[in-house]
Amino acid sequence: MSTRLKPEEKKLKVVGTRPLRPDGVPKVTGIARYGADYSAPGMLWGRILRSPHAHARIRSIDTSKAQALPGVKAVMTSADLPEQKFEYVGPERVAVNFWHMTRNIMAREKVFYEGHAVAAVAAISKSTAEEALRLIEVDYEVLPHVIDVEEAMRPDAPLLFEDMITRGIDPAPDRPSNISKRLEFKIGDLDAGFAAADEIVEASLKTAPVHQGYLEPQACLARFDPDGQAEVWASSQGHFVIRALTAKLLGMEMGNLRVHPAEIGGGFGGKNVPYVEPVALALSRKTGHPVKIVMSREEVFKACGPAPGSSMTVRIGVRKDGKIVAADGVFKFQAGAFPGSPVMNACMCAFAPYDIPNVRSVGYDVVCNRPKTAAYRAPGSPVSAYAVESVVDMAAARIGMDPLQFRLQNIARPGTPTVWGPKHTHEGFTETIQALMKHPGYRAPLGRNQGRGVASGYWFNNGGESSAAVHVNEDGTVVVATGSADLSGTRASLAMMAAETLGIDYDKVRPIVADTASIGYGHLAAGSRTTFATGIAVVEACKKVIDNLRARAAMIWDVSAEDVIWEDGCARPAGGSKGRFEPLSLKAIAAKRGVTGGPIVAEVSVNAGGVAPGFATELCDVEVDPETGQVKVLRFVAAQDVGRAIHPSYVEGQIQGGAAQGIGWALNEEYIYDEAGRLTNAGFLDYRVPVASDLPRIETVLVEVPNPNHPFGVKGVGEANIVPSLAAVSNAVSHAIGRRMTELPMSPPKILKALSSER
Amino acid sequence: MSEMRYEAPTTLAAAVALLAGANGRASVLAGGTDLLIRMRAGSVEPGLLIDIKGIPEMTSIVAENGGYRFGAAVPCMELLEHEAFAKAWPGVIDGVKLIGSIQVKGRATVGGNLCNASPAADSVPPLIAAGAVAGIVGPDGRRESPVENIVTGPGKTALARGEIVTSFLLPRRPPHAGDAYLRFTPRTEMDIAVVGVGVNLTLDDSGVCRQARVCLGAVAERALLVPEAAAALIGTRVDAAALKRLAAAASAACRPIDDKRGTKEFRIKVAGVMARRAAEMALARARRKN
Amino acid sequence: MAKHHVTATVNGDVVEFLCETRQSLLDVLRDELNLTGTKEGCGTGDCGACSVTIDGRLMCSCLVLGVEAEGKAIQTIEGMAAGKDLHPLQRQFLEHAALQCGICTPGILIAARSLLERNPDPTEDEVRYWLAGNLCRCTGYHKIVDAVLDAAREMRRP
Repeated sequence: MSTRLKPEEKKLKVVGTRPLRPDGVPKVTGIARYGADYSAPGMLWGRILRSPHAHARIRSIDTSKAQALPGVKAVMTSADLPEQKFEYVGPERVAVNFWHMTRNIMAREKVFYEGHAVAAVAAISKSTAEEALRLIEVDYEVLPHVIDVEEAMRPDAPLLFEDMITRGIDPAPDRPSNISKRLEFKIGDLDAGFAAADEIVEASLKTAPVHQGYLEPQACLARFDPDGQAEVWASSQGHFVIRALTAKLLGMEMGNLRVHPAEIGGGFGGKNVPYVEPVALALSRKTGHPVKIVMSREEVFKACGPAPGSSMTVRIGVRKDGKIVAADGVFKFQAGAFPGSPVMNACMCAFAPYDIPNVRSVGYDVVCNRPKTAAYRAPGSPVSAYAVESVVDMAAARIGMDPLQFRLQNIARPGTPTVWGPKHTHEGFTETIQALMKHPGYRAPLGRNQGRGVASGYWFNNGGESSAAVHVNEDGTVVVATGSADLSGTRASLAMMAAETLGIDYDKVRPIVADTASIGYGHLAAGSRTTFATGIAVVEACKKVIDNLRARAAMIWDVSAEDVIWEDGCARPAGGSKGRFEPLSLKAIAAKRGVTGGPIVAEVSVNAGGVAPGFATELCDVEVDPETGQVKVLRFVAAQDVGRAIHPSYVEGQIQGGAAQGIGWALNEEYIYDEAGRLTNAGFLDYRVPVASDLPRIETVLVEVPNPNHPFGVKGVGEANIVPSLAAVSNAVSHAIGRRMTELPMSPPKILKALSSER
Repeated sequence: MSEMRYEAPTTLAAAVALLAGANGRASVLAGGTDLLIRMRAGSVEPGLLIDIKGIPEMTSIVAENGGYRFGAAVPCMELLEHEAFAKAWPGVIDGVKLIGSIQVKGRATVGGNLCNASPAADSVPPLIAAGAVAGIVGPDGRRESPVENIVTGPGKTALARGEIVTSFLLPRRPPHAGDAYLRFTPRTEMDIAVVGVGVNLTLDDSGVCRQARVCLGAVAERALLVPEAAAALIGTRVDAAALKRLAAAASAACRPIDDKRGTKEFRIKVAGVMARRAAEMALARARRKN
Repeated sequence: MAKHHVTATVNGDVVEFLCETRQSLLDVLRDELNLTGTKEGCGTGDCGACSVTIDGRLMCSCLVLGVEAEGKAIQTIEGMAAGKDLHPLQRQFLEHAALQCGICTPGILIAARSLLERNPDPTEDEVRYWLAGNLCRCTGYHKIVDAVLDAAREMRRP
């Protein structure tokens, strides 16, 4: 169990308990259906042909032999998808360019990474489809490639796009480069700030690209009927977004595409965008048959958006009394084949935990010959936090201050400005650091070759659009339908909030994830937004149902609705009618719905604001084998402000999962390319995620400083936990060996090398 | 697409005949934990799979002349569960234990581990250190070969066309003998060895080492028997000075590559460290045995 | 070439199926027998999501050919519950919230059951090392280990 620290007790019956999730039995019995588990009569198998080259021009594609193979029903290329306009649309932080997107789904003029989709076939069996791929002839003109972000920024680097002129520089450069964009955020006077510092600490750090590592490869079943109506069953983090993007990529109207949410086997941001859906749908359109595509693990590593590698420099100026007076960070991020790394997030979050009067963040979004990056759990923030928290650690050591005390002294509070403009409005950072300071682990003694590291981290979290429908069944049980994909137990939390609001038992509320034709719009299950924003929609819908129930009771009692309250799951007479009638349960009112106005339902859509950010502070103890550089993680404690834990087990689970991913990111995970730009570790053997014997128990401290903008005080919990974890591990290793580690992953050869260098 | 056939002979003679008849286009299927992966990656396309798991001689573990003979197609888990064998050869068991996960060990075999001829195979260094001898059968009949002569390079063996490794014979254990295998991997499990060391040593009644064999894995194109490393221990009480010489000899014998699992210099350095630690383990086991 | 005609026992029931030589047992379970509870996470024996037992032995079904199932007794996740009664491991996983996305869960349950059949009183370390072949990306393994230990405790009670 975790430690839970909450400032005030509120009398709740369901929220805060640990009931079983309603989708649990199907998942432990193998009945639950994920994307690859769907089939349809007459189904064809789709397979995608992928580029063997890291960078090449496509001179021609000859699909005739593949078409002629018996059992092959269709072959497609980019010619089967409409061209898209070159335009960045949407808010800057998450802008989309369909010209890029369609080319990532299927290459046009060039291939930009090994694994880039070039063509696809649909055939009567997997083996026929495989054979057909071998018969497609692609004439490539191989080009020089570039992968490392610093190398890609050089003026003589091979160019991915010959017309790419860096945005965000004024005047614009007169030569193209691989730098898609430069960003800068600044407050105060940097020079004056550093001039006032007693100590200036600086480091340059690098991280390698990593993959989200979800265990379920992308998969979908698609059916495009001759009358233009289509259905897709897919695992994704947002079937509405999949619908919108897939419809655009196919040039069809959204109303003709119904997307069903399959259960999803992990996403972490990597399944926010389509990969196989547009291809399967285009093949189905061509063949008149349903088409199923399931990616292999190798394809997932070679073609699905990972998190960017980086090269960063951070400089911090600090006074002897512990006040940080200036901070400057430069963050260069690999975007992969197309622009859009999360470097803007990185710039914004990097110094966000702290109250620093003079701050600058500069970011570069750089294209290179690897798959286009996708979101990965607080995208951008763990990477910039690794750099900032390493230098913060160095600064604390330089002035001889306890690292948590140092952070506490500089922590942001409501009213502290952020580097991108708005002021912080929420509490919780201070409480989280204090919680860790009080944890017995912080004072536990360390042995030989052991080191302790701490770090803090910030994530915006998200609100946005969610819809929820609440239906009262004729027997008084309730259905709660939303459009939020359930990656890890949010269905249970939503049902708990509904049960609490309605005042009925949790078991009387059954939550479902409805498809795009059955519920109003819901944005991605990402950004730690579901329990927050969809929770608000659910509660609002329940409140509407309650108003309706009160009106029904008023009708039954023949009193004014103002004289009816809803309490503990019943309508009760109040005001002038107090005591005149026995309470009416939801079940009793439901039984009478036919004579009181018909079905009792409510659907609410929200565009939730009032988001509270996520904040976590973490501690890691390691032991380093000085003869081999192997690292053993001895202890990991994560304190996170969760607002209110609706279902504490799932909140703990999020924190433990994020910490585990961070440990893997820090120690052993990376993409390894050969000289031809091909991925040499496209599998779980050599892409080394932590296994059960690699990790200790991960202790969680749930700090609850409620968010006043949510009916139950919820703050998003899914992401903030990973943000400090990279630095916590790196700081621990650095202390264990007495040398500052500045490159991730800290694989044993790197540690051994550091050990043999000067302190 | 070529049609792939599958046969499951129940006698060695039948297996040898099938292999001979296939003209080099057949693969022997034991646990399949290497073969199926290579087939799926397209690096091998056999016309015929010969499943030898139904042949009694290949799947048995028997005592022989005070030692043990185990079939080349015995699944690793069965070998680990054989108490008497595990007691006699804990070092061989150390290696076998590290071949993948429990699931992989439910299928993988020492025969496959050897004949797949990866320089990093975990069962091979302790087997060589133990002085194991492989039994082989082929179109020209039966023969034997010390295990260290089987693998000639990455993916290559000295087996003639049509030959199958059928069993491994480990000799009788003298008193005060102990063996151990240690490897270096970045994670605790599930990795391919970056460096592996098998040490087998025998002490006399006064605690002096009289026999030793040291074999390195993953640091050359095949597992390396290092006589100089063994010589560092023979005639000594395996004290710190002897162990230091052992480590130096182990590092000096390496001719490793840089690859995604480790660099040359890392392997050379860590080979010495693992050799010393494996020798310490073997020594402790030898001292416990009477 | 004609496909192989294979007869095997799956979860106690005799089944017959046709398969090509190169189809894995995992392919057969999912595509021919419609038992989609066993998952493919990697196809190379590195993740354990496809874990089944064959004649009582824990294996990755992606590394077994369908044709090799002839005459064997295979247990998949679909056979773990006794009709409507969940196995203690299944119940403890739900109690402990030892699953988030659930994709690794069938493989881990099969592997954990295999452990407890051999070792009814494992230490935490023994649980972690036995399950090293089952990757989980969501949970950090913490609640999984607790669930297995509690299930072991429950199963040891007379």
